[in-house]
This record gives sequence, C-alpha cells and structure tokens, in this order.
Amino acid sequence: MTTSVTRRRVTEGVVGQSPARPDGVPKLRGEFEFAQDLRAEGMLWGATVRSPHARARIVSIDVAPALAVGGVHACLTAEDVPGRATFGLEHPDQPVLAGDEVNFWGEPVAVVAAEDEVTARRAAGLVEVVYEPLEPLTDPAEADRRDQVFRRLQIRRGDQTARGTVVVEGRYEVGMQDQAPLGTEAGLAIPDGQGGVDLYATSQFVHVDQEQVVASLGLRPDQVRSHPTGIGGAFGAREDVNLHIHLCMLALHTGRPVKMVYHRSESFAGHVHRHPAWLRYRHEADSDGRLVRVEAEVLLDGGAYASTTSAVLANASYFAVGPYRCDSVAVDGTGARTNNPPCGAMRGFGAVQVCFGYETQMDRLAEALGMDPLDLRELNALGTGDSMPTTGQVIATPLPTGDVIRSLRAMPLPEPQTETHHSHLPGGSGLTTEPGQVRRGIGYAFGIKNLGFSEGADDYAQARIRLTTSGAVVETAAIEVGQGLVTVLAQIARSALGVSRVEVTHVDTSKIDSAGSTSASRQTQVSGGAVLEAATRLRRKIMSEHDGDDLDDDGVWRGEHLVVPWPSLADAGWAETVTFRHPSTTQPDDDGQGVIHADFAVAGHRAVVDVDVELGLVKVVRVDTAQDVGLALNPAAVRGQIEGGILQGVGLAVMEELVLKDGVMLNANFTDYLLPTILDAPEVEALLIEHPGSWGPFGAKGVGEPPTISSTAAVVAAIRAASGKQLNRVPVRPQDIALS
Amino acid sequence: MIVEFTINGEQVSAHVSHPGSLLDLLRDDLGLSGSKDACEQGECGSCSVILDGELVCSCLVMAADVAGSSLTTVEGVGSGDALHPVQEAMQRAGAVQCGFCTPGIVVAAVDLFGRNPSPTPLDIREALAGNICRCTGYGAILRALELVASESGT
Amino acid sequence: MDEALAGISEGVTPLAGGTDLMVEVNFGQISPERVMGLRRLGELKEWQGHRIGSGVTWRRIEREGPPGLAEAARTIGSPQIRNVGTIGGNLGTASPAGDGHPFLAAVDASVELASATGTRTVPWSEFFVDVKRTARRSDELITAVNLPERLPGRQAFGKIGVRNAMVIATVCAVVTRSEDGRVTVALGSVAPTPIRASGAEAMISSTTRPTDADLAEFQRLVSEEVRPITDHRSTEEYRRHGAGILARRLLERCLR
Repeated sequence: MTTSVTRRRVTEGVVGQSPARPDGVPKLRGEFEFAQDLRAEGMLWGATVRSPHARARIVSIDVAPALAVGGVHACLTAEDVPGRATFGLEHPDQPVLAGDEVNFWGEPVAVVAAEDEVTARRAAGLVEVVYEPLEPLTDPAEADRRDQVFRRLQIRRGDQTARGTVVVEGRYEVGMQDQAPLGTEAGLAIPDGQGGVDLYATSQFVHVDQEQVVASLGLRPDQVRSHPTGIGGAFGAREDVNLHIHLCMLALHTGRPVKMVYHRSESFAGHVHRHPAWLRYRHEADSDGRLVRVEAEVLLDGGAYASTTSAVLANASYFAVGPYRCDSVAVDGTGARTNNPPCGAMRGFGAVQVCFGYETQMDRLAEALGMDPLDLRELNALGTGDSMPTTGQVIATPLPTGDVIRSLRAMPLPEPQTETHHSHLPGGSGLTTEPGQVRRGIGYAFGIKNLGFSEGADDYAQARIRLTTSGAVVETAAIEVGQGLVTVLAQIARSALGVSRVEVTHVDTSKIDSAGSTSASRQTQVSGGAVLEAATRLRRKIMSEHDGDDLDDDGVWRGEHLVVPWPSLADAGWAETVTFRHPSTTQPDDDGQGVIHADFAVAGHRAVVDVDVELGLVKVVRVDTAQDVGLALNPAAVRGQIEGGILQGVGLAVMEELVLKDGVMLNANFTDYLLPTILDAPEVEALLIEHPGSWGPFGAKGVGEPPTISSTAAVVAAIRAASGKQLNRVPVRPQDIALS
Repeated sequence: MIVEFTINGEQVSAHVSHPGSLLDLLRDDLGLSGSKDACEQGECGSCSVILDGELVCSCLVMAADVAGSSLTTVEGVGSGDALHPVQEAMQRAGAVQCGFCTPGIVVAAVDLFGRNPSPTPLDIREALAGNICRCTGYGAILRALELVASESGT
Repeated sequence: MDEALAGISEGVTPLAGGTDLMVEVNFGQISPERVMGLRRLGELKEWQGHRIGSGVTWRRIEREGPPGLAEAARTIGSPQIRNVGTIGGNLGTASPAGDGHPFLAAVDASVELASATGTRTVPWSEFFVDVKRTARRSDELITAVNLPERLPGRQAFGKIGVRNAMVIATVCAVVTRSEDGRVTVALGSVAPTPIRASGAEAMISSTTRPTDADLAEFQRLVSEEVRPITDHRSTEEYRRHGAGILARRLLERCLR
C-alpha cells in the first residue's frame, strides 16, 4: 500500500555546511574513550625496556630479576618473537625487540607484563642488559659518504646545460621536529582464547598494523583483528608500529589482556620524527625572472631504521622546486641511515623541509633580480596543464597557484602595532621589550604538496553503507585522528543518499578491507570517494529496484506516493561496499620522471612578525593563508585543519626541535620540547580557494598538510624582513637573530 | 590509606596508593578517565581539575593530600544531560578535534568563568596559558570562549 | 607547625605545591615513603609585611607582592602551577633558573629555616649553595622569606624565554633602584645560583645621571660578570649577551 507523507529534503549536515562533529559532546564531557582509557577484565600492564645507547652490542640480557618481582607475569625478549623478527612500514628492517645490537637510543630491548603499571615499570628497570657501547654514526653526511643509505633518488629533467643570467646559491637546514600529539602511544591487546588476538591501539592505519602483527606473531590473518580506537592526535607519529606487536606478544604469552601506555619521554623515544634536512640549492633565472634551472641536493637523516624514509625522500625530491615551472631541473636526494632516532612521517612528509629551502631561494632570487618577490612567483607559477618541474607529470587537476598568490597578496595587512601592553610585544609577560625595540616584518611563502600516495602505490579505500532501522550506517576502518573525517564522511553520505540519518562507525580489519592510512591528506578524497560512490550506487539501485524517483528518510517515493517505507528498506538488508582507487600513478624512471602523484594542492602563507632584534625574540602576530581546497566539504573543519597546521608550522619556525647529542635526545619532555601555547598563537585569516575539478568527492581536495608546508618558511621570511639576518636554519633561535 | 573527599558534589572514600598522584587515583581507581595524562609534569594541562576552588594539574597533586578537599573534574561540568555553556560553545564553534586536551580546556574555562563572567580576550588567553592543544591552533577554542564571554554579559 | 618540624626531623618528605616533587614521583625517580602535606598549614601561609610565609602561593604573590616579585610570579609556569606552587617550594628546589630568586637576591632577602630545635635566618647568598643545593639541613623546613623593611622604590623584572608561557628562563633578572641612587642587579639562569652583578652595580650606583655611554658600560659589565653555560636550551654566548641587554633595559625602566 502506498501512503502520502510529506517529502523531506535533506538540508542539514550536507556537503558544504559545517555540522558539529558527532563525537564532540562525548569529548567535551570527558566520556569519549581513547586507547588510554580502555580497560578489560583481568588486564595486565605492559612496560618496555629501552636502550640507553645510540649504538651498542648486546652482550647479554637477564630477565630473571624482573621475573622475580611479585606480580610480574612475563618478560619477553627477541627470542620470544614467534614469527618475523622485524617489522617496518615500507621495509621490515626494524627488530621487534633488539637481539644482538641496538641502533638507536630508546630502541626496545624487552617488554614486561605485570599486575599494575608501577610494578611493570619497576620490573622493566630491573632487567639486566649488558651492553658493549659502540661508536654511533650520527652524521648523515658521513653516512652518505659511506653509502649507508635507505634510498638515493636522482631527478633529471630537461636540458641539463641550460643556464640563467642570475644565479643564487644557498644551503639550508631544518631541525628535527616531533609530531608530539597530546595522546601518547596506548593500546590494549585481548587474547581470544583460541590463539588469536584483538588489538585496540593508537594507529593511523589498522590494516597495516594487523599485517605486521600477523607476520611477527606467526599467526593466520584471520587470527588478528585490529580495531580503530580513540586516538589523541597523530600527525604522522602513528603510522608506524610501536607498541602493537609487543602488546600482542604479551597478551598471547600470558593469556591475559595487556594494556600499555607510553609516558611522554618514552613517547618521544618510541615514535618516528620529522626528518632533519640539509639542502643545497642553486637557482638560475633569466633577467625577466623566468626560472631557467634549479639544482637541489637533499639530504635527510633517516635514523636507524627505514620507516618511511624512502617515501619522504621521494616527496622532498619531487617537490624540491616548489609550485613553479622550470624546464631544467636536477635533484639528488639521499635518505641516510644513522644511529639517530628513526625518522618517518610527519605532516608534510618531506615537502616541508624543501619548501624552506626553495622559498628562501625565491626571495633571494627576487632580490638579485630587483624584482618583487610575489611578482617573481606569479610569473613562474605552476598551474593546470603545466608539467611538474621535477617529474614532468602534466598537472591534470585544477592547481590555482596564481590565484593563491594573488588572493593572499590582496588580503589586507594589519595596522601598525600601537599597543603597548606586553601581551602584544615579543617576550610577553617576560617584560623584556619596549614598543620602540620592535621591528615588524612581513614574509610570504608558497608550497605544494601531493595528495594521496604516489610512485605507483596501490592507494585505495573501502567503505560500506548499510541501511538499518535507525538510518544509514557508514562502515569504515579509516582512522579519525581529530581531523573531522567522521563528520565529513557522514556529510558526503547525506548529500549522495538523500538521507539525513547517517552515522559513521568504525569496524575492525576483519569486517572491512583497508581504508589506507590516515595520512597524505588522502582520506577525504579516497575514503570520501568510496563513500560517495557507495551512496550513489545504493541510491540508484534502490530506486531502480522499486521503480522510484526519490529516496529520503521516509523511504522510496514515486511521484507523491511513498512506495517503500524505510523500515522495509532496512529489513531488506540493503548495503553497498565500494573500494575506491584514485587515478593510478607510476614509479619513476631512472631520471625520476613519471606520472608520480595522484593529485596536488597548493597553499600560500603570509606571516607578520614583530621582532626584538637585539634579544632575538619573536612574536608571530598573524599568519594569513590562501589554500587550494578544491571544494570545502566542511568549511569549519577545513579552517580547524588550517589553524592547527599553521601553528605547527610556527612551532618549527621558532621553537620546536628535538636536540640530539651523540644520538641521544636531550629534551624528550614537554619542559624542553616546546609546543606553542595559546599565548604564542598568531591570528589567522584563511581564504579557501575553491576550484572543484579534482577526483575527490564533489571536487574536494585533502586539506591537512598544505597548512604546514609553507607556514614555516613564511614566518622565517618575515623574521628576515624584520631583522635583516640570513637565517638559513629552522627553528630560528634567539641567538640566530641576536648574534649573527 | 583511606582518603575522604568530595568529587563533583559527591562524598567519596578512596583507597589511595601512595605516593601516587590524584590523576592516577581519578583514572585508575575511581573510574573517572575524563582527565588525561599527557606529560606527567604539569606542562600540558590535560589533567586539569578544580581543587578547593582553584585550577590545578591533578598530576601534580599527591592523592593522599586531598583529604577533606572538594574537587571538580570534567565529569562534573554541566548538569545531568545539559551541557555547560562552555561545552555548548565549543561544540558549536568546532573547537574539538582529537579531544585529548578538551577536558582540561573545559575545566580551565569553567574555572575562568566562575571567577570572571566577562573576561577579555586577553584574560581568556592568560587563563588557558597552561593548556596545550596540538590540533586546533587554539583559534576555534578562543572563538568559543569569546562567545561565552559576550553572551554572559547580557 | 610543631608536628611539621617533628616530622621533618624524622626524615619525612615535605610536600607543598607538589610542582617539583610530584614530577619526580611521576617519573619514577623517587618514591618517598613518608610525606608531610604542608598545603593547609596555616602558619606557613601567613604574610605579614615583609615576612612572606613559605607556603604563600605565586598566585597570591602575583596579586599582592612587591612589583619586582609580582612581575616574576606572573611568568612562573602556568595558572595551574601558580595556584599551588609556593615561594618556599621554589627555594627548596633552588633551580638556577628559578624566576622568583633574582628578586630575593636583588633586595638582599633572607630565608627563615626552622627545625625542632630552633629557627635561624640565612641571607640569600648563603642559602643558595649550588645547582639545586641549599643550606637547608635535612631536619629543617623553610618557613618564610624575609624581605627588608624598606624595599627599593623602583623594581623591574625581566625574563627571556623562547615561548610565552611555561618556559624555563634563558636569562631572568631583577634590577632595583633606590631613591639614593643605589642600584642592585640580580640574575638567574646565568650561574649555578642567582647572582648579583656587583661590579656593574658599583659602577652605575656611583653615577648620578647615567649617560648612554654609562649604560653601555653597565651592560658590558653585567655580561662579563655572569657565568652562564651552554646547554640544550641556550648558549653561553647568548646568555651573556641577553643578560647584559636585559639588565640594561631593566635599569632604563628603573630610571624612568
């Protein structure tokens, strides 16, 4: 029977709006469950024994003193690893637990499980490891000379003999930044009683964790289930396995659930960091400012194990010229292996480091040419239809570099500073600085980043939509790290399905195929693409099946009649699963040429800083930005990513660096690894530049990384303008300004 | 030892494992896992609670030292199902991303508005100077709290 | 109070704000078996004129303290830290970078120590012995800070740090100037303990109206008198440079 019910068009929570996030209230109430908050009946606590040496031979490990402590259930070492002894995101070269040698400070040597956390840590401190310290190799240039490298990449494009009339050379350095997400590594592994295990741990990519756990535990894939779990931020620190295999080993060995939470210092030791970089550049232009040739040498310190150094190096090398046209390019990239802590993914993934280099070069080139720095950039701006200067790839999607430059330039500048209160001055409540001791500087920088995985990687995501009595449920393993993916996926489903009651739920690795990593600014486009396609197909199939012409919360409509009420649809078990792949990419040829990347985004930043030059103190007053977002699916969430990313860029510019001495971290804590506080945050105005046309849902592009690419370079450019100092290294320290 | 004190208006009698912190007591023994541990040294504010009317880092308070005290945690903000204006505003302004800093920020903001119903933007920033957020850049948090400040004036 | 003094003579660990002690506990570095909570000991919170009880918090000093000390209080840690951190605790820890210390040195304050057998007062210069080492005996409690009855009319505090909150001072300093033209200069983070730049003080105190050349000489003397180190936070060279500039600027403030 048909019924006449008023039609409801979905007008809220759809694409283009900024609906509140579904997990916001639980987070505001402190009810949201993070990995740190998980408990299980009979749970034990794990702790890790770590190497105090950057390089050493392990002479012996005696676990007896740990096992003798009351309440200790297990103390495992390398010989207890049942399956593959090593793990690794790209290459499994890192020992699950060190056997004969340790290669970085903090490398895990043993793990303990005990009745409570205090006992576990105490017992871990009692494990007797006899080391024979060896000389650590901590200089990546030396590692390069010894050919101790993870990857070398050579890019040659165009006429290598081309020369310009104006030449600028420079050397630049980027220090080691840490992602420092507020939530540290945490997890709970629960044995299933049949030889298998369920893992709930902080992660950016549960399927790849599961694979590595399976391999090292020597289990069948169906025996390990990795569950998306509440996570307190990531920024790249959660792509690699850290405690995952340890937890599962302890759980299966003891037969009890085991939980582990890293303390902050341990967290610094326990995850990968942004690669420090040493860059050498040579830019040549003709007298009109057209870029004729760019040469770059990029050296990254990958630390002791491979992690994602190969891909980070690739990114750094491919984006070493920046968002500019240039037909004669030579880039030599090296990812060195040292005994420093391993480096890997951090938001921006190699593109951040080279941006500091090439944008400084562009400013110096403009100066040498007597040209306005923005005119120089606009003249050479890389756009749709142009060839990537490094790889030769023709840019097939919208890339509004010129528009970004012009828009940013046109944004109004703040009024000159007239406030005298210390909160407006460098030094703040430290009362170091009078208004007359401040010079203001303005700096611009522009950057480009790939979106999605590259170099022929099979980059895909699976998503499923099921209709239930309470509405449509989107199932995914795509990790929500705070960026707002859960909100956006629901918006996409609402818009495409025409239904307002949509909920996004996470399911484990046994219930759905991989969504890929929450990284590379890819989830909106790839998981979003999967959800869009699933919703579109589902809607079409339902309407085709029932000969309807519309679908909404009430059900299927034909004309004015509701022909199938929603409960019947739910009963029918409608579901659609889609695996979405982005346009394919290729591996590079011997010259680094190929269709390397799936998509690109460009962004620009303009920083206004006030500098007390005598003391070298900086106040970052504003950072404005124009960012190529394709289409803003959720403008407030995009703005949130921009403001957060910019502040991370500010951090790298003026305060964040992991200090190493002979491979040992000296500031692995929040007292001395300084994150920007609310009193350090600049004002931010963001222009979202929308040119839909890319393959993302509704033409949207990923937005997470572009805010970090050029914000650092812009801040430093501004400090240079204020102080007149060269500043070839970040983070800029007071002495770099005051004493150089 | 047994310590008696008030949490979120309720009398509690807790067995304290010495010399552990109040944060450990809340999270491990009292099932109040809203307060977070992110640094173990009072440098991030994610463990913030209001102790005897003052904003403190619960990781720096020895659990055994709270006998007779009155404590408000994030779980005690708002009443029943109703959100506190701070929570309401933060939800509307998109001031929550990963959420790990959120309880500490909520408590610090509640403390601020409890002392000063109409703080200036500078008052707000100074009151939150001990709360680190790594995701939001603080922009949306400030917009949310400035909204609360302007609405409470009316 | 008697209980407290009895306790400390028995080796019980005193706990005031916990902002240093609890960090050590959380890091697993110490596990004190017997702890004495001083948070609610009223006598330690008494503040009469120039005698500031050791239990007075930085929050209160921010509001009620003499200008130089109040300015320092405002830069200590964060609101959470200032609400519980005490002037006594800060003294007990005796970090070379303690923001509250230069003021005490600049005004020649003294520290009151009490034990079950009596009370003594120690000038600041004897109280601070070395990095994190003081003249306090293990059976003594820091009970108060005694400022002189008359404080210099002009007091200026400054702290160089790499971020605007929760930062360990790269250099911190207090300069005071009395009506009679006497100037004192005290600095932190540039030596194992807070120090006075006595050479610079003598030079500038003897000039009635300092010229730019005098100020430049003053700056130079301060940077020569400090004994900073290079560590993961900063360099010896920068601290020397910053000390001189900061001291000069603080003096200029006092001269206005």
